[in-house]
Amino acid sequence: MDTSSTHLETGAAHEAETLALREQFDTEEQQRDAATLGMWVFLITEILFFGGAFLAYTIYRSSYPAVFGLASSSLNLPIGATNTCVLLLSSFTMVMAVRAGQLGQRKAIIIFLIITMFFGLAFLGIKAYEWTEKFEEHHVPALSNFFLEGTSLQGQAKIFFSLYFAMTGLHALHMVVGVGILLFIIWKTSQGTYSPEYYTPIDIAGLYWHFVDLVWIFLFPLFYLIDRHLPR
Amino acid sequence: MATAAITAERETYLNSAYGLKSWLLTKDHKRIAVLYFITISIFFAIGGTFAGLIRLELLTPEGDLVSSETYNKLFTMHGVIMVFFFLIPSIPATLGNFFLPMMIGARDLAFPRINLLSWYLLIAGGAFAIFAMVAGGVDTGWTFYTPYSTSYSTTYVIATALGIFIAGFSSILTGLNFVVTVHRMRAPGMTWFRLPLFVWSHYATSLIQVLGTPVIAVTLFLVLCERLFHLGIFDPALGGDPVLFQHLFWFYSHPAVYIMVLPGMAVISEIVSTFSRKPVYGYAFVAFSSMAIAVIGFLVWGHHLFVSGQSLYAGLVFSFLSYFVAIPSAVKVFNWTATLYRGSISYDTPMLYAFGFIGLFTIGGLTGLFVASLGMDVHVTDTYFVIAHFHYVMVGGTIMAYLGGVHYWWPKMTGRMYPEGFAKLSALVIFIGFNLTFFPQFILGYLGMPRRYHEYSQEFQLLHVLSSAGASVLAVGYIMPAIYFLWSLRYGPVAGANPWGASGLEWRTPSPPPTHNFDRIPVVTFDAYDYSTVIPTEVNDVGH
Repeated sequence: MDTSSTHLETGAAHEAETLALREQFDTEEQQRDAATLGMWVFLITEILFFGGAFLAYTIYRSSYPAVFGLASSSLNLPIGATNTCVLLLSSFTMVMAVRAGQLGQRKAIIIFLIITMFFGLAFLGIKAYEWTEKFEEHHVPALSNFFLEGTSLQGQAKIFFSLYFAMTGLHALHMVVGVGILLFIIWKTSQGTYSPEYYTPIDIAGLYWHFVDLVWIFLFPLFYLIDRHLPR
Repeated sequence: MATAAITAERETYLNSAYGLKSWLLTKDHKRIAVLYFITISIFFAIGGTFAGLIRLELLTPEGDLVSSETYNKLFTMHGVIMVFFFLIPSIPATLGNFFLPMMIGARDLAFPRINLLSWYLLIAGGAFAIFAMVAGGVDTGWTFYTPYSTSYSTTYVIATALGIFIAGFSSILTGLNFVVTVHRMRAPGMTWFRLPLFVWSHYATSLIQVLGTPVIAVTLFLVLCERLFHLGIFDPALGGDPVLFQHLFWFYSHPAVYIMVLPGMAVISEIVSTFSRKPVYGYAFVAFSSMAIAVIGFLVWGHHLFVSGQSLYAGLVFSFLSYFVAIPSAVKVFNWTATLYRGSISYDTPMLYAFGFIGLFTIGGLTGLFVASLGMDVHVTDTYFVIAHFHYVMVGGTIMAYLGGVHYWWPKMTGRMYPEGFAKLSALVIFIGFNLTFFPQFILGYLGMPRRYHEYSQEFQLLHVLSSAGASVLAVGYIMPAIYFLWSLRYGPVAGANPWGASGLEWRTPSPPPTHNFDRIPVVTFDAYDYSTVIPTEVNDVGH
């Protein structure tokens, strides 16, 4: 960071080095607002990004409701539900980390972020297990002897599982990025970068984390819970 | 910063640091704009070369220069390079990057490091695309229609799509940066309705980049999944829907047209005002027309699917909505024209380009109404009429505006004037070459010449020869600025802070600007285009 430039004429800017006011901003408030707005705009792009896939899902589900219901019941509900709980818990600990950031409790920030990260990794581990199960059950579209072999419904089931892998895969990719962000924030916290006056990165990392959780909150019922209410 | 004597070496963004590293790791929006400028100039040359080969092949009715497979690759790579690696970044990433922060009185964009990252993303995306071309090319057309792109094409679809996917994030991040910058970085007194119209147009563009680009990203992601992992999402053999791909593709790619042309309109508003020495007529109308184009632009994508098996009712609605785009577009054209009325007009090179833009964009826009009407479109779909239409908007519009803007701001960016005589000549050559290239294509298309064919029947040859001749004139017109701009870097007259007597904040700081744009952040007490507060500087021919 080039702090040699002397454009911070608005006296208040020089309070503490840890405030890390970048040279293009005049005040911390402006910097915080810009970062927060930036993250919100980014999340809007993410909504549109997942939105395209959700649109494809909506169209195919309305075209092929019966097969989607059938394929959905073959998904492992207990595992999906467990993962939903894991993510909800991680959102809670993320909020606690942001709260600790507001209060400037460095140790608490690190502990809560580590727990959040642990939940994130647990989610990914469970997801990986679930995916390997799919390979064994011949639910992967590219493999031979796929689900519903020999019936006319197989193609549509392949579309269901294609969407399942594409969308949960995309979501898992976002979780991986999220874990990376948490690692970075933990490192920065241990360096003493953040204070009650400057904890914006923790805050916006939280926004991202909650967003990724929220995507799963939509994915879970749309993939796992179709037709579960019907008597079998 | 002390005010140095005029003779002493003043610190500018160009001489504040030297060496490759100071450029490749810069966070200065002006230097990043220069990096973009060099990058997209190279892409323009590559894309132009492909276009030249296409025109050369079409000189004769026989497919004698290249095979049909090669020809498919040529027009695909021309489209991919020109759309994703030249037109989309063109004005926003160069002129927008350089001048948007200056026009609102900011020291930089809100996120300088993200700005640099976005340039690297364009380079990375470009590297994949270039790799695909060198390795053997890609032949799907720039639209990647499924199922050809997912199941049948044996060319480098994956590398190209990945390149566009990555470059898309460059575009998203530029848009995000602009949105936040306009919201949060305006100088004291710079209210929304004092913003130059350049900023309004770029703001509207950024909204499209932020809202549209993610959709093509996920669409290409699904295509990649289909090719790489044999998932089946658009595959008709499974019951998938290729038309769904077209909907998703055009949901971005139609608004992308406005990503390309709105920044052109941004430039024209500045030039027309400056060289008429009058405020743009109906400021608020022009500002909101940009926003209206951005909004309506998202509601018309279905007019690309009139013959794709989309329902007739959807076609009717999309046709109806498409006409609406003409309203804000016409507002702009009328208001620029009204700005000229009783203006003190000077015919410097940027103004010539602006006149070129207004005329050619009008033709491009009006023929857009032809193809927006259902019956007419069935006749001209996939013909040269459509090619001519969008080249009038993209080349006659955006590239004219881009070149006009580069001439207009060249003295600010470099501190040097370009040679006016040569520049006027090049503007004229480009205008003539452009019309000679593309006007015959309207006729060709109307007569039934389909696009994407490397052979054609004898009767079309005259018009094709005219078009190819025009393309060579156009090439001369594009090479001329490349030469005299380079010449002017060393030998051009020293420009001074405000050679045009323009009113924007970017003209109220020295040329080239200091690293932080202004010695002191300006406090804005005047509206945009207020010429009563302007002191023009003399062009000084003693600098070299």
